[in-house]
Amino acid sequence: MTLTKRDRARRSHVPAAGSEHAAAVERAQREMLHEGSSTVSVRTAEHGTRPRIGADVVCEALLRQGVDVMFSYPGGVILPLYDILGDYPELRHVLVRHEQGGAHAADGYARATGKVGVCMGTSGPGATNLVTGIGTAMLDSIPIVAITGNVPSALIGKDAFQEIDINGITLPMTKHNYLVRDADELPRVIAEAFHIARSGRPGPVHIDITKDALQQATQAVHPSDDEVVAGLPGFRPTMEGNYKQLKLAAAELAAAERPVILAGHGVLHAGAEADLQAFAEKVNAPVAWTLLGVGALDERHPLAYGFMGMHGWKHVNRAIQSADLLFAVGMRFDDRVTGNVRTYAPYARIVHVDIDPAEIGKNVAVEVPIVGDAKRVLRAMLPMVEAVPPARRQPYFDQLTEWRRDSEGTSWHGSGAWRDGYLSADYVVQRIGELTRHEGIYVGDVGQNQMWLARYAGFRHPNTHLSSGGLGTMGYAVPAAMGAALGVPEREVWAIVGDGGFQMTSQELMTLVQDEIPVKIAIFDNKKLGMIRQWQEIIYAGNFHSAALLGPDYLKLAEAYGIPAIKASKPEEADDAIRFAQGIKGPALVWFEIAGEQNVFPMMPAGKGLSDLIEEWGTAE
Amino acid sequence: MTAQGDTATTAATAANAAAPQVAAAPQGAPAHTAPPARALPGGGQTRLHRLVAIVVDRPGVLNRVSSLMRARNFNIDSLAVSRTDRSGSSRMTISLHGDDVAVEQAAKQLYRLIDVLKVQDVTSEPSVEHELALVKIRVTDGTRADVLKLIELMRGRVLDVSTEAVIAEVSGTESEVDNFVAGVRDFGIKELVRTGAVVMARGSGSIEEAVKR
Repeated sequence: MTLTKRDRARRSHVPAAGSEHAAAVERAQREMLHEGSSTVSVRTAEHGTRPRIGADVVCEALLRQGVDVMFSYPGGVILPLYDILGDYPELRHVLVRHEQGGAHAADGYARATGKVGVCMGTSGPGATNLVTGIGTAMLDSIPIVAITGNVPSALIGKDAFQEIDINGITLPMTKHNYLVRDADELPRVIAEAFHIARSGRPGPVHIDITKDALQQATQAVHPSDDEVVAGLPGFRPTMEGNYKQLKLAAAELAAAERPVILAGHGVLHAGAEADLQAFAEKVNAPVAWTLLGVGALDERHPLAYGFMGMHGWKHVNRAIQSADLLFAVGMRFDDRVTGNVRTYAPYARIVHVDIDPAEIGKNVAVEVPIVGDAKRVLRAMLPMVEAVPPARRQPYFDQLTEWRRDSEGTSWHGSGAWRDGYLSADYVVQRIGELTRHEGIYVGDVGQNQMWLARYAGFRHPNTHLSSGGLGTMGYAVPAAMGAALGVPEREVWAIVGDGGFQMTSQELMTLVQDEIPVKIAIFDNKKLGMIRQWQEIIYAGNFHSAALLGPDYLKLAEAYGIPAIKASKPEEADDAIRFAQGIKGPALVWFEIAGEQNVFPMMPAGKGLSDLIEEWGTAE
Repeated sequence: MTAQGDTATTAATAANAAAPQVAAAPQGAPAHTAPPARALPGGGQTRLHRLVAIVVDRPGVLNRVSSLMRARNFNIDSLAVSRTDRSGSSRMTISLHGDDVAVEQAAKQLYRLIDVLKVQDVTSEPSVEHELALVKIRVTDGTRADVLKLIELMRGRVLDVSTEAVIAEVSGTESEVDNFVAGVRDFGIKELVRTGAVVMARGSGSIEEAVKR
């Protein structure tokens, strides 16, 4: 067959035989098939007797960043890294059962410790499995660094085995991402990644490294902190609030009669809990918090008013709806917080403090915008604001107290039972809080269990309530608790999870066993997708499609994994079950059987306003 | 407009104008007294905005910008990218429709990209604006002379003449280019390419010099 001119043109993308490009492709293909490696590595226990390769740079850089644990899963192209990991015994490697679990564990570690969490996976499916966890971290501004291997650079774009454009996938859901094809770039890239992840508004950073870069011999040196900052001219977070704006905000506070402070995740990120308390005490204003702002103020503090929003306390939402000033710190007026913006806080002027300028004026129009770090802004404002004597607030506080008395309540009325003798979920959450003396770390999943946790556990410390607020990732609790338990071994870590979410990531049970991670798992089993069922009951006229879901016998499941477990179905069994789990040294599982029909109230239906709370439904007492 | 805190006031000023301060409600006013609706951000008049962005000249930065605009629901009318005279930085001129608040939000979102060094909305500033278009116009022996004459009259430049078409180049503001295209349309346009506008603020100020390094 003779080639026409057109055929030859079509074939032009095939590298000419003998060319440098052709040799690179051939070499890369051979390496993919493990038919001999281009790097000769001398394996000894002593580091330094073999050539230093890109993978060494990764480990060195992680150690320089203070990483002590990472959550990972190996695969073909990232094997060069696993080949030398043994030479870095200070880097604890937790072999997860699924990369999503690894990403959530890094996230849980980061939330509990305030440090950057690290997870790792291979190319293709390993990388795409990380994506849900990276997205979870993005929406909640959690500093994690996700590292993936990719196919050798000569094969990129050729649909090689396990090749996917993971850089393109993570681009819109990371704070920044990198593709590294040259080992000499690794020191700079990893240092930048950690700096970006933890500075300003935190967030996830993804680093994709080609296999040949991991194998490439390199002499590249690690940059200093100053060099890292100098190399990122486009990244200069604004930390200090503008003085004029602070003055304006102080004037707003001085004029306000019914101010409410709204504390968000930014307070925890900035470590500004003490400053928030001092500030609230001086201006004598109640503090409400968002889901991720739980723990910004000790709930026992007299100015701690409560959890706001869709499933927040009615008294808190009433206070917001009647406030004449909202002083919002480190929160973003998410739709779960505001409901219908048109009817949100109709009498309030708004001071909005956030480190990310893009958050200000995004969801609600505000009167006084302040861009800055929550801690620096609250500190700078403290001497500026007028001290408000309690007497001036008396009528307001009387009203707040009345509202609180009116709204605080439970569905168990002291008996621990919801209806028909069924164990009440909110009672269980409260007992877990009390029996751990509120000193544990409580990791919520998503749905009803998440709301029960935020409402009833009783939080006293920052970073002890972990919850996938923004992305609402079911299956978050168990793996995130794993990360939290490794990050903060001195606290008892409880995963509060529904039977739906538990079944999404229950494979990590084995990781808990293998790595001896002492997570206590409380499954709230109503044999339903509870929040789905609740919405269907209230909004979709009781059309319960796909709300019922079966689960295994959780005692047998736990036994199969080698995890001690206990079941509680009646109120009087709850305490013993919790204590049983507390008495186990390693991981333990408690199976709480609750009613399928127990709902979380109050509830603001999506699209409605904070004044349109549903407080009960059907035949509920 | 800059990323820094003090200038977020533009949003606030706009918000103040849009939402006249409401009379304070009585102590603990119940919400059912039909309080005034809260103004949403934006909702102002939609018009064409020109954003100038100085970005790090690095592979993928164009993708980051366009991906962000897509994900945040901003519709780009045109986007012109080129190197600047400073090594390592490129300049983008982004034309998009939106109200002032929405476009400010777009600018702030652009600032979140690590590779974006400086963003300026030059819409309301005195500026010069230019774009270039190439138009391949259908001609016959009968119309060629008319077309060439028209191109000259409309300050176009002939780049190529062949038996059935001529290629004309025209540059100017967007409306000048629009006029030219409309003027030759009746002869038949075989192909049209426009670069999209590039703009530069008048005066001695420089967005490139304003980039902190």
